[in-house]
Amino acid sequence: MDIKINNLGKSYGLQKAVDNISFEVKTGEILGFLGPNGAGKSTTMKMITGYLEPDAGSIEIGGSTNLDISTKKRIGYLPENNPLYLDMPVMDYLDYCASLQGMGWEQIPTRVREMVKVCGLNVEKHKKIGELSKGFRQRVGLAQAMIHDPEILILDEPTTGLDPNQIVEIRELIKKLGREKTVILSTHILPEVEATCDRILIINRGQIVADGTPTTLRKQAQGQQVLRIRIEEGEVDNIFEKLRALTSVAAVDILEKEQNRFEVQSQPEVFSNRDIFKMCVKNGWILSEMIPLEASLEDIFRGLTVN
Amino acid sequence: MNPIWTIAKKELSSYFDSLIAYILLVAFLGFSGLFTWILGADIFLRKQADLLVFFGVAQWTLFFFIPALTMRQLAEERKTGTIELLMTKAVTERQIVLGKWLSCFLMVCLALLFTLPYYLTVANIGKIDHGATISGYLGLLLLSGAYISIGLFASSLTNNQIVAFLLALFIGIFFQFVFGILASGSSGWLGEILDGLSLSNHFDSVSRGVIDTKDLIYFFSLIIIGTLLAERNLQKAR
Repeated sequence: MDIKINNLGKSYGLQKAVDNISFEVKTGEILGFLGPNGAGKSTTMKMITGYLEPDAGSIEIGGSTNLDISTKKRIGYLPENNPLYLDMPVMDYLDYCASLQGMGWEQIPTRVREMVKVCGLNVEKHKKIGELSKGFRQRVGLAQAMIHDPEILILDEPTTGLDPNQIVEIRELIKKLGREKTVILSTHILPEVEATCDRILIINRGQIVADGTPTTLRKQAQGQQVLRIRIEEGEVDNIFEKLRALTSVAAVDILEKEQNRFEVQSQPEVFSNRDIFKMCVKNGWILSEMIPLEASLEDIFRGLTVN
Repeated sequence: MNPIWTIAKKELSSYFDSLIAYILLVAFLGFSGLFTWILGADIFLRKQADLLVFFGVAQWTLFFFIPALTMRQLAEERKTGTIELLMTKAVTERQIVLGKWLSCFLMVCLALLFTLPYYLTVANIGKIDHGATISGYLGLLLLSGAYISIGLFASSLTNNQIVAFLLALFIGIFFQFVFGILASGSSGWLGEILDGLSLSNHFDSVSRGVIDTKDLIYFFSLIIIGTLLAERNLQKAR
């Protein structure tokens, strides 16, 4: 099921939490929502799930703009901070959620057992939720979101509180689910989006500031190629001059004089690797290091959201 | 399964899991039993086998007992954020409110079921008017329904349980006796309106065995208005 968001807006008092956002998510796509705290990620998700009413714009889920019961049944939602009934045993809670999602009583027990297995809750299934550790509570939250096998999954920070092993497991699970379903997840953890998401949406102050795959975003932010090189056996000043003289090179920085390390920025749309190599060969220098610097997602994120 | 019933069942079991149910049942039966049989004592001096004394006492115990049941219903869900889970499930706000109403109502039914031995006792002592007694129980159920609605409305206004409890009592006091007192002090159409608003007036006539459509309409309107307002408050929070 596709989700189409058109000019969505929501204000809390005078503050605009979400300001005219439009985007689209297709079936089989995992969309990562990135943004600093208070950027409007959760608000957008709450509007998609129907908890908040938008002030402006529309949300189209599977071709229908009306979020009625039959549409709600197709959405699984893990809210921020993962609220749970702490005095309920895990199994009863999953039963309750399945029943509220309109599942027939005859399918519920099998489905609950399945979710307990998938989310690794088997050891804790008879405990009250309040007795569980944070990581297990998070698994219960995920289990209740997926219990009715929804076509759309909205996960607000799904991996908070999990240990690294669990994070890997949950990521694998989300990736697997994402093949047939429409998944939107929000996170602060940047490697997580890179590892799980097909597409990234960065929002800041209620507006979309970037939209694309991790690779395209990186390219956008990168602009010119930057290389870190080390050339042995030459004179620092001599090498510096020769590097600057290359036509493909835009700027050169000396990083460490004693070690002959430089940072070289190429001209736009040109790569300077070959020129540098040839120059070294011609002068009898030894090129012992050449590291292309990639703009990390952190750099992109900071560049777009720090004002 | 109907979501109203699913919610009601969950709420009921959480009353029993958290001991609230037992404490409230013991308190209700303790107070109403004490004032009916021991302290009030006039149940034996009426020279008539009926439960009017009990109905009078139960009216007051329910008045305190019900806000204690309803206070957590919506306020707690709001405080812990679970309301967000509930409202994004495949249920409507109306089903949520009605489910919670039903769970409280079933608790009251259970409490009243435990007073059936009173009925049997009095029926053994003398010739009891069965019709009037059944009508008295019906009156208690109608009164409870109305107070549950008021309680749910109060609980939908805040995320603090104590505030919800006090607010429910505060609203309840008007229906329980303030309107009645004001009515006796006023005359003309104002007096009539206040008299009509007084819950205990309507309850008294039902508990005496006179079931008038006027009284039924009164109780049902209180139930409907209370739950509708609670539903509206849930929607407004969105």
